Order: sequence, then C-alpha cells, then structure tokens
Amino acid sequence: MASLHEFLFISGLLFAIGLAGVIIRRNIIVIFMSLELMLAAASLTLVAFSRFHIQPDGLPDYNGQVFVFFIITVAAAEVAVGLAIIVALYRARQTINVEDLNSMRG
Amino acid sequence: MHILAFYLFAILAVVGGILLVAFRNPVSSALAMVLSFIGLAGLFIGLNAYFVGIVQILVYAGAIMVLFIFIIMLLDLNDEKPVKFKSSTVLAGVVIPLLLVVQVLGVIQSHNQGEAGEFKEITAETMKKSAQEHYLRTDENGEPLPLLEQSAIYKSLAHETAPKLPDTNLIGHAIFKGYNFPLQIMGALLLVATIGVVVLSKRSAKKAPSAS
Repeated sequence: MASLHEFLFISGLLFAIGLAGVIIRRNIIVIFMSLELMLAAASLTLVAFSRFHIQPDGLPDYNGQVFVFFIITVAAAEVAVGLAIIVALYRARQTINVEDLNSMRG
Repeated sequence: MHILAFYLFAILAVVGGILLVAFRNPVSSALAMVLSFIGLAGLFIGLNAYFVGIVQILVYAGAIMVLFIFIIMLLDLNDEKPVKFKSSTVLAGVVIPLLLVVQVLGVIQSHNQGEAGEFKEITAETMKKSAQEHYLRTDENGEPLPLLEQSAIYKSLAHETAPKLPDTNLIGHAIFKGYNFPLQIMGALLLVATIGVVVLSKRSAKKAPSAS
C-alpha cells in the first residue's frame, strides 16, 4: 500500500519536472504545457491529503477534491486564454521562441 | 490502492513529464503531456477520487490536449530550426528543480507520518467503526442508529457484491452545499474567458499601431 509520503514525493517530482521545463525550454507552447504539468502536480497533493485525512464519519475530506475541481476549471479557462494570446503574439511577431521576445529588455 | 498499480501510474506520470520536457517536436510534447496526465488520473482513481480522475482525463487529455495540438497545427511550426540551449540556462533548469526535490525529500524524511499516513481502505466496517468512535449516530449500546444503516453512502459501501464509494454523490453534495457561491463565480469566469478568447482572436480590420 502506498503511503501519503510516496504520493507527496511523486507530486513534488512532477512539479520539479514542470519547473525544469519552464526554465529550460524556449518554445512558448512547451513552456505552457510544463505549466499545466505543475498545476496537475499540485492537484495530486490536494487529492492525496483529501484521501488520507479521514473525517469523523469515516469518509475522505471532500473539500480538497472540490478544490481540485475548481483548479481544473481555472486551468481550462487559462489554457484557452493563454493559447489565444500565443496566437495573437505569433501574428504580431511571427515567432514563438521566447529568446526573440526581448523588446522589453532594459 | 495496490502498490504495483501505484508504481505503474507514478512511473507513467513521471516518464511522461520527462518526455514532455525532452522532446524537441511540440506535437510529441503534447502527446507526452497526455501520457503524464493519464498516469495522474490513474493515481487519482487509486486514491478513491473517481470523479476527479475522470474529469482529469476528460478535460486535460481530451479538451486541453486537442487545443494544444490545434494551435500547433494553426501556427504550422514544422520549419523550426534546432535551437541551441545556453549551458547556463540548462544548469539553472537542472539545479533549481533538483534543489526543490531535495527539499521535498528532506521534509518527508524528517517527518514521521505515523498511522495517519497509511492507506486504509474505506468500507462499511470502517465507516461504522469511525461513527462509533466519534459517538456519531450511535445509541447507548454502541450500535449504529438506523440513520447510518439507511444512508445511501453506507448502503453503497455495504453492498455485498460490488461495494463502492459513491464519490460523485459526495463531491456534488460538497460543491452545492458548501461551495455554491464559488461555483457561480466559476461560471462567470468561464464566460469571461470565452468572451476574452473571442475578442483576442478576432482579427481587427485595421492593424493595431503597436503591432510591428
């Protein structure tokens, strides 16, 4: 049986992989996918704590899962808006490489 | 949750994440992302969060992946030249997440999870025991009152052939009783996002002066 710590470790590992993707990659679409991975890793933590925090009535704490539901909703909205911004950016600059987007560099 | 299933889905999620970062082609990255999210959904279902697991597959592996693939197709990025990664960036991208993992490991090692961290199956027996321990719905002899026996959750768990946790019922109950106002705000948020996307992706007739 997997314990709470193992779930938390997997969640931290996924978050770290997503962070590495955000730092290393130069393609803005892949950066965006890595952000999604980080969000999903955080929701694994919430579900694990929800399941391991048994309430007095013998059931999991469903507040955590409601929170995950809201996170998924916000992530869907975020992806829609973010991809629309990427398309607008591509129309204006003809690039999705973040190294080329340096007009605000001091 | 069986330990083998846990390791299978955990490895699936982690390998999918690593491939997402490692693949050069954005389409391959999107498919690796789906692999990772399927692994995560398996972990959710192993944690008795059936509703969240299914929503994860429907929304992430269905809608969001299609959106990513569609945008990649729309931008037509097949002539992307191979980019050279700066060694300082790669170093930062390896060291900072590694520090994070070491920190998580340190916290996990230093904290003894005890009995609370063990995975315990939820059955009708554990539900009855918990109700007795916490003096909920029990009479003076410690027997559960008919209220517990009659509750739909208890009946569903006590079903002889296929006992299952009525997870969706309970989440619906939690959302609509405790989080009704946030749910309506979510509806407004989705509407605002929809309108925002339509406005953003509308090609204006005359070119904006700031766009070069």
